Amino acid sequence: MLDLLWLIPLSPFFGFILLTLLGQRLTNKTAAFIGSSSVGFSMSVAFIVGFNFIVSPPPGNSYTQVLWTWIHVGGFVPDIAFYLDALSIMMILVITAVSFLIHIYSVEFMRDDDGYIRFFAYMNLFVGSMLTLVLADNLLLLYLGWEGVGLCSYLLIGFWYRDPANGRAAMKAFVVTRIGDASLTVGLFLLFTVFDTLRIQEISRLALQQWPVGSALAVASAALLLGGAVGKSAQLPLQTWLPDAMAGPTPVSALIHAATMVTAGVYLIARTNVLFTLAPQVQLAVAVIGAATLLLAGFSAVTQRDIKRVLAYSTISQIGYMFLALGVGAWSAAIFHFMTHAFFKSLLFLGAGVVILGLNQEHDMLKMGGLRKQLPITFWTFLIGSASLSALPLVTAGFYSKDMILWQVWASDKGSIWLWAAGFAGAFLTSIYTFRMLFLTFSGDTTSQVSRKPGPLMTIPLVILAALSLVGGFIEIPDTLGGKPIFTTFLHSVLTPATLLQVKPGTEGNLQFITSVISLIGIIFAYRYFLHSPQHTGRREKIMQNPIAFAVHCFLFRGWNFDLLYDTFAVRPFLWIAQTNKNDFIDLIYRGIALLSRALNSVLSFTQSGKVRWYAMGIAIGAIVFIGIVEIL
Amino acid sequence: MNVLSMEHGLIIAGILFSLGLVGVVVRRNVIFVLLSLEIMLNATGLAFVVAGSRWGQPDGQIIFIFILTMAAAEVSVGLALVLQFYRRFKMLDTDAARKMRG
Repeated sequence: MLDLLWLIPLSPFFGFILLTLLGQRLTNKTAAFIGSSSVGFSMSVAFIVGFNFIVSPPPGNSYTQVLWTWIHVGGFVPDIAFYLDALSIMMILVITAVSFLIHIYSVEFMRDDDGYIRFFAYMNLFVGSMLTLVLADNLLLLYLGWEGVGLCSYLLIGFWYRDPANGRAAMKAFVVTRIGDASLTVGLFLLFTVFDTLRIQEISRLALQQWPVGSALAVASAALLLGGAVGKSAQLPLQTWLPDAMAGPTPVSALIHAATMVTAGVYLIARTNVLFTLAPQVQLAVAVIGAATLLLAGFSAVTQRDIKRVLAYSTISQIGYMFLALGVGAWSAAIFHFMTHAFFKSLLFLGAGVVILGLNQEHDMLKMGGLRKQLPITFWTFLIGSASLSALPLVTAGFYSKDMILWQVWASDKGSIWLWAAGFAGAFLTSIYTFRMLFLTFSGDTTSQVSRKPGPLMTIPLVILAALSLVGGFIEIPDTLGGKPIFTTFLHSVLTPATLLQVKPGTEGNLQFITSVISLIGIIFAYRYFLHSPQHTGRREKIMQNPIAFAVHCFLFRGWNFDLLYDTFAVRPFLWIAQTNKNDFIDLIYRGIALLSRALNSVLSFTQSGKVRWYAMGIAIGAIVFIGIVEIL
Repeated sequence: MNVLSMEHGLIIAGILFSLGLVGVVVRRNVIFVLLSLEIMLNATGLAFVVAGSRWGQPDGQIIFIFILTMAAAEVSVGLALVLQFYRRFKMLDTDAARKMRG
């Protein structure tokens, strides 16, 4: 059954081709059917393959399916080949399931949009590329998927292209991630030069044999791959594109900019974890980047007014957690958080989509409020998603994954108390901004009337995702609560568990306790300041009157002014150079050649007088000159 | 009998050739251009004959016969062209045919 693997990425690609070729001839209903059934089919195959893999694991716990040789140039022979192991199974199951739910949701969400068919075509292309990315057996195929998802991200952010601001946001996302992609490309060149192959498994094996820990080549290649991951996963310093990427339709934000594409960087690092283990400095950098990003984005999320921007910053922050986990060698914790994050963050985005649609494209949370009564299902699912994001203890999936990360950051030999403290502070911020969003949107009296209630196609995905956000964590129960590490055991064959130091017994339980308490305190804090009522609003305004508080607020609101920074130090100087050198001085050479040949042309055309006598004269003079030359020589 | 020396013969041939060339370049009337061309041809023939007699070889005179034949052919073609020229331009001025000017 495992040889059905190729169908998984092919099916969405097929859907994309069908939708593109048939285009406007399709009715919206057929287009929606093709678009979502192709992903649904892919999901069913993924589940069949995954089930078979788990029930009867193939030898070596991995399965490679070579379809054909892509290129054959000298020693460079990348195949179109898919590689299946526990990690890629994990990824394809989450990706196909979440994609399918979001496609179903979009069928109704995008109903009145002119670009309905285009939307599904792009979404299918995206899912196909994403599956290629995670199933790729070699880095070149992975890179193909990597660029494919980048392209779809660009196309879908700028989906409503009539507004130039959306086009700018799309371009910004594309250009900023390109910086990371360039680094990734150089990394691939480096790896190929050294190992003569791009197959991931072979690189891992050869690197272990040939490179000592901390060798210069290992550090360089890991750092270059990290550059790519940072760009794609919107981590410091390339995080600026993600908040603007919210210009796209909400299902796009849910699928691409929360659940799947932005976690491609996490996948890349987990996939090439051998290289990172060989480069401890880079691995430390991963952890530090993660810790810094999760704090920075957490602070920014607290100040946002646009509901989708809160979620965007929250995504950056949660991916920061994943990076933190990767940085301390807790590979499976990172993948676990990827999974739970995919569930609850896409749930939150879809819930926000219902709200935005209901309020006629209103994004400002301060203008919302009192939606609890009008959108009950959305409210309850949103509440579950928020609880999971804030890691409410015991019942939510987010608790298990975040707890696993924090515990391993504390106990791992590569972790430290500072990294843990950052994660701990991040947990506090997370519950503040999450419940601030929830309270501002749903609490209080009805201030705005909902014009469109979600139908079953929109609520069913919400309910399923809410269920997953609750029970998704039970596949990995920490030691303190009984200890059923099914998830880690499953990934064991691919990702070696982090080396944990010996700590005092009971520490894990204590840490869990204080983390739970801090997130509850965060909720109480949000409750005191952000409930939708005159009393709470007054309390907020009082703080804002303080000029320092206001300045800090603005600073955080603009995402720590990173845009301004890059604008001043990168964009403007570049534009200035381009402006000054508009008449490119190198062009002078070419312009000189043109002038010279034009001058020669006028001289020569003067000799073509058309007078026979002049020609005769020319012949005579020429003959004399040549005879003269012959005589002299 | 005073045999004409080769140098004198060649000088006469050179003078004739130069006169012919000047005629070709200076005269605008096609007929005169043709006449001048004939003079140049005969100057060349004279040079051949003088050179042949200097070496006591018949080759120079044989070449002159060839030149005569060629000149006859050239004149017939040339006169035909002159007729066509006159028909088209209603005059015999070579400068009238300047259509090929660059």
